[in-house]
Amino acid sequence: MSLKSAAMKLMQKAIEHAPDSWVPGNTPDRLITHKHGLIGAPVTRIDGPLKVKGAAPFSAEFPLPEMLYAAVAFSTIARGRITSLDTAAAEAASGVKLVMTWKNAPKLKPTPLFNSSPKAAGPSDLPIMQNSSIHWNGEAIALVLADTQEQADYAKSLIRATYQEEPAVTDFEQAIKNAREPKNILGEKPMVKEGDAESALSSARHRVDAIFRTPRQNHNPIELHAVTLFWEDGELYVHDASQAVAQTAWTLAEVFKLDEKKVHVSSPYVGGGFGSKTLWHHHVLAAAASKMANRPVRLVLSREGVYRTVGGRTTTQQRVAIGADSDGRFQALIHTGVAAMTEHNDCPEQFSFPARHLYATKTFTIGQKVANMDMLANTFMRAPGESIGTFALESAVDELAAQMDIDPIELRIRNEPEKDPTTGNPFSSRNIIKAYRDGADRFGWGNRHANAGTQREGEWLIGMGCATATYPYYRMPGGKARLSISRDGFVSADVAAHEMGMGTATAQTQVVAERLAVAPQCVRVNYGSSDLSGTFIAGGSSQSASIGASIEAAHAAIVEELIKLAGKDSPLHGLDAEDVESRNAGLFSVKDPSRGESYAAILRRAGKSDVSVETSAPAPLEVQHWSMHSFGAMFAEVRVNAITGETRVSRFLGSFDCGRILNAKTAASQFRGGIIMGLGLALMEETQWDTRKGRIMNPSLAEYHLPVHMDVPEIDVIWTDIADPHTPIGARGIGEIGITGTGAAVANAIYNACGKRIRELPITLDKLL
Amino acid sequence: MRFLINGQPVEAEFDLRTSLLDLLRDHLELHGSKKGCNQGACGACTVLVDGERILSCLALAVQCQGRNITTIEGLADDGHLHPLQQAFIEHDGFQCGYCTPGQICSAIGMVSELKRGMPSHVTRDLGSNVVSLNRDEVRERMSGNLCRCGAYNGIVDAISEVYAEAE
Amino acid sequence: MNPFTYARAEHANDALRLAESKDSKFLGGGTNLVDLMRETIERPASLVDVTGLPAAIEDTIQGGVRIGAAARNSAVAESLAIRTRYPVLSRALLAGASGQIRNMATVGGNILQRTRCTYFYDDDGSRCNKRSPGQGCDAIDGLNRMHAILGASASCVATHPSDMCVALAALDAVIHLRSVSGERAVPLTEFHRLPGDTPHIETALRPGELIIAVELPALSFAKHSTYRKVRDRASYSFALVSVAAALDQEKGTIKDVRLALGGVAHKPWRAFKAEEALRGKASAPENFRAAAEAELAEAKPLRDNAFKIELAARTITAVLLELAEEFV
Repeated sequence: MSLKSAAMKLMQKAIEHAPDSWVPGNTPDRLITHKHGLIGAPVTRIDGPLKVKGAAPFSAEFPLPEMLYAAVAFSTIARGRITSLDTAAAEAASGVKLVMTWKNAPKLKPTPLFNSSPKAAGPSDLPIMQNSSIHWNGEAIALVLADTQEQADYAKSLIRATYQEEPAVTDFEQAIKNAREPKNILGEKPMVKEGDAESALSSARHRVDAIFRTPRQNHNPIELHAVTLFWEDGELYVHDASQAVAQTAWTLAEVFKLDEKKVHVSSPYVGGGFGSKTLWHHHVLAAAASKMANRPVRLVLSREGVYRTVGGRTTTQQRVAIGADSDGRFQALIHTGVAAMTEHNDCPEQFSFPARHLYATKTFTIGQKVANMDMLANTFMRAPGESIGTFALESAVDELAAQMDIDPIELRIRNEPEKDPTTGNPFSSRNIIKAYRDGADRFGWGNRHANAGTQREGEWLIGMGCATATYPYYRMPGGKARLSISRDGFVSADVAAHEMGMGTATAQTQVVAERLAVAPQCVRVNYGSSDLSGTFIAGGSSQSASIGASIEAAHAAIVEELIKLAGKDSPLHGLDAEDVESRNAGLFSVKDPSRGESYAAILRRAGKSDVSVETSAPAPLEVQHWSMHSFGAMFAEVRVNAITGETRVSRFLGSFDCGRILNAKTAASQFRGGIIMGLGLALMEETQWDTRKGRIMNPSLAEYHLPVHMDVPEIDVIWTDIADPHTPIGARGIGEIGITGTGAAVANAIYNACGKRIRELPITLDKLL
Repeated sequence: MRFLINGQPVEAEFDLRTSLLDLLRDHLELHGSKKGCNQGACGACTVLVDGERILSCLALAVQCQGRNITTIEGLADDGHLHPLQQAFIEHDGFQCGYCTPGQICSAIGMVSELKRGMPSHVTRDLGSNVVSLNRDEVRERMSGNLCRCGAYNGIVDAISEVYAEAE
Repeated sequence: MNPFTYARAEHANDALRLAESKDSKFLGGGTNLVDLMRETIERPASLVDVTGLPAAIEDTIQGGVRIGAAARNSAVAESLAIRTRYPVLSRALLAGASGQIRNMATVGGNILQRTRCTYFYDDDGSRCNKRSPGQGCDAIDGLNRMHAILGASASCVATHPSDMCVALAALDAVIHLRSVSGERAVPLTEFHRLPGDTPHIETALRPGELIIAVELPALSFAKHSTYRKVRDRASYSFALVSVAAALDQEKGTIKDVRLALGGVAHKPWRAFKAEEALRGKASAPENFRAAAEAELAEAKPLRDNAFKIELAARTITAVLLELAEEFV
């Protein structure tokens, strides 16, 4: 059992027996009710000027003296052994300093697998260039270091390998035959059941039952994965593009048998991650080669290299069946299926999760299996599970609505649960119906033709569709912040957190400013380095909550310190921490607002230049006690060309219920970004997989289609801004929810436009002809 | 070999295989132009050569000798941001910021193409010498610049705000 | 990329001399060649830069237009003469690639661009008769949604990716070539080859030969022409199927027509059978469709691209209908 699921089991037991008030998050954060100020304000990004000038340094933009450039060669078989590796020409090529292969690579421990311990970030537990075995088509077989990139690339092209192939599982249809139930899906049970859903389904008055297929996808952030690193005095310094700096540092320390403090991972700017900018084999290979050559190394993966080295979203086959009575009330809900995975990782792509929380139903069978294949370890890609699980589930709900001639929103309202349908937990805060009603109103849902294929303008068939978006609230353990206030009234917060464009740097500046009641110009949030406090992942839409809880805890601790420092000559003397609040860059009595003094005054009297605390966030127990999710109602209008089947999205609206929004400007952009990735998911994204060889055939940005400017209409976003009483600042994550529900909204709109129900992504024109 | 980069004469010696992009990034430490694919599929490397937008990853540096090269670093005037840079900030036309220099340089080149009457795939009347800067035209003409973060709406807003009156 | 020598030519004879007796390639904008060199699919030892050669777009005495091979794609698309007299060519160019690429790519380079077949591009990991004659073709039984339905062979099912060439094929463009032995002219429709047993020989270009110009003959009805490209996203992607057409019609009867298809074959596909089936017929959708079906009768689907046959038939019909409406 993984460490995480063991911890979850312990926490679960503790929570079941604890009274409601004991659970952190139960007393709503003071900042929730604090209506004025920066929370929610559309503050412009503080890193804007640097970014528009091209002056923000990314991982491949730190030139180091005597630096060598790297190029990587990849295997062309899925499973077997290297029988010969001719590197002579490469080694002799101009400018080449090292060719590293399994024959001369240093002994390296495998990376501890993600989730096997709190800071493990390994994508798999495979050995890295330690022997002649090949585990996937595209595994690195050689790394070249040379004085220039051109020399490294050319030398790499001179390497010749021969292989002894072994039988490999490279066809998902075959792999499914050996599907297995994993021990858990992210700590949850692989299968949950209530009653006999199959029976209830067959005797239901109305039913839908269909298979859905989703392909592999790749994150494709525009910044190529790259590291620039060097060794000095036995310590490793890495300029990385990372969404998990602390975990990357810890894991590299494990691999190279170093003390964790001797690995420094710095990543102040990340050119997009979406789940992919974690630790992969190129980190280890670059560090090993740098050690061997005794030179700093810059390794920039080519775009093909990213596809061969960095996993993507895996492929799934899902079944969704819903049985309803004559009022449309669900009697049976079945959501099952299989995701491809490997023997060496644990990433099941939790597509059965949305069905566990969205609808009231009399009986249910919800769960999933995995099928091992010989492939590059898959990983989480924006809204793992939820993005493609909602595609299947929400398409099925729409199909049922169409069959029963009930409005799809009305059908959902009829099945809105009072509490979590599979865990029985109360909802922390859930306003899906409001999101639907607000969205429907604004979108003009009332103008939709209920009958499919009845609206046409010239060559274009027009349709509208809607779907539910949902993503869990997560707050990862490991949150910790160092908070300091200086005598001049400046506040700094240090967190090993990340800015990949979500606006963390800006939003957290607002949050710290509000928390401490200082002007934002007096706040500096330091992030992007494993040398800073805590363990955070810019993933699971959890970072803001994790940072928020850490800052909240640190604030409470610093208030205690300040009261101690205030001493008997202070107006605060005699007051406890619960009696005071931060206001006007100081501490003041809650009951008597004029009684108090500034932080600066306290420090000056105490003769101190600053006060500093480092505090951990409390364990994220709130998720055991409540069912906590962000929600949304997605609305799409599409035009399907009657001649060619080309589909264009003409309008889109996302109506969100994500708790309190921290920054209106950056949040709108995050929502839009997720939606756009959802448009890609719906209409065009597919990592092409040759089943004969288990090889990705479109490892580029030319042959893998992600949405371009012309594909994207003006996207309208609104939100309820209803604070969640059990989260820091009342906020819930927003980074991933935009991609959920979008696929189904588009598919449902396509159905409404032309009467064709497509259950296999992407919905390309050939499927509509 | 001699180049004129952001108005400054530059001399450099390098491998003939070096792209203009790598000349800028690896030899001249002008990191503003970005490498996203190195095969002409993403537009992040867009710079202006003699005022025209091109992909620096596909241009061999040697072919650009003696030409007037403008990169993102050359747009700010005396410490003041170019109006388009300022508009990108106001309209949140970026998130991670990696594709941004390419978007901005491409937009500047694009607008001069449009202003002199170059049609696009969406222009209805090919015979006319005047093209209107509407959202469809902007989106089509900017389609060579990918943005995975999805800042497209903000980018179009920024370009439209700065150039709509200028037509 | 392998090391190479580089020289910039001042004019055509200069270019020919610089390339003589070397393993040499002419370099235009580099938008295809540089990419293929990085992939080590092309490995010339010498590059001769021909971007300085004539790029003018000029009227010919015969009433046509002559385009210097070094003319940039964007310049041709923007040329008022092309836009008004040969709109299909302008539209085809504007439907291709991106603004930046169109600014770099030359007409000569566009003609010589190579396929986008993902197996061709996979130098390490896939078999390709085009890259390595006799090696085999992994596309035939592989992922072939983008591949040919017409004129393919057991050796190769790749398609030609150019939009411009489809328009040039429809317009009966002529390619002017020069070598150290002199000049010759080849109709574009004969310049690109079908794969047959020798898919590595893609054009009629002889070693050391340079494209110096493309000539469009005068065509009275070329101003009634258009290009339609069907693709997987709204811009910046290669054609699944494309149609270039020009139509001349009088009192509801088709006087003359030009029709060419992209995305369907190893070369831009001039639809001679369809043209024959259309001339003299009533300008009506049923006849457009019948002509399209006549052209596509020999189409052979692969596992993933059967849809292209119906798609091509529908697109041809729609394009001819669109042009017919100009005469109403």
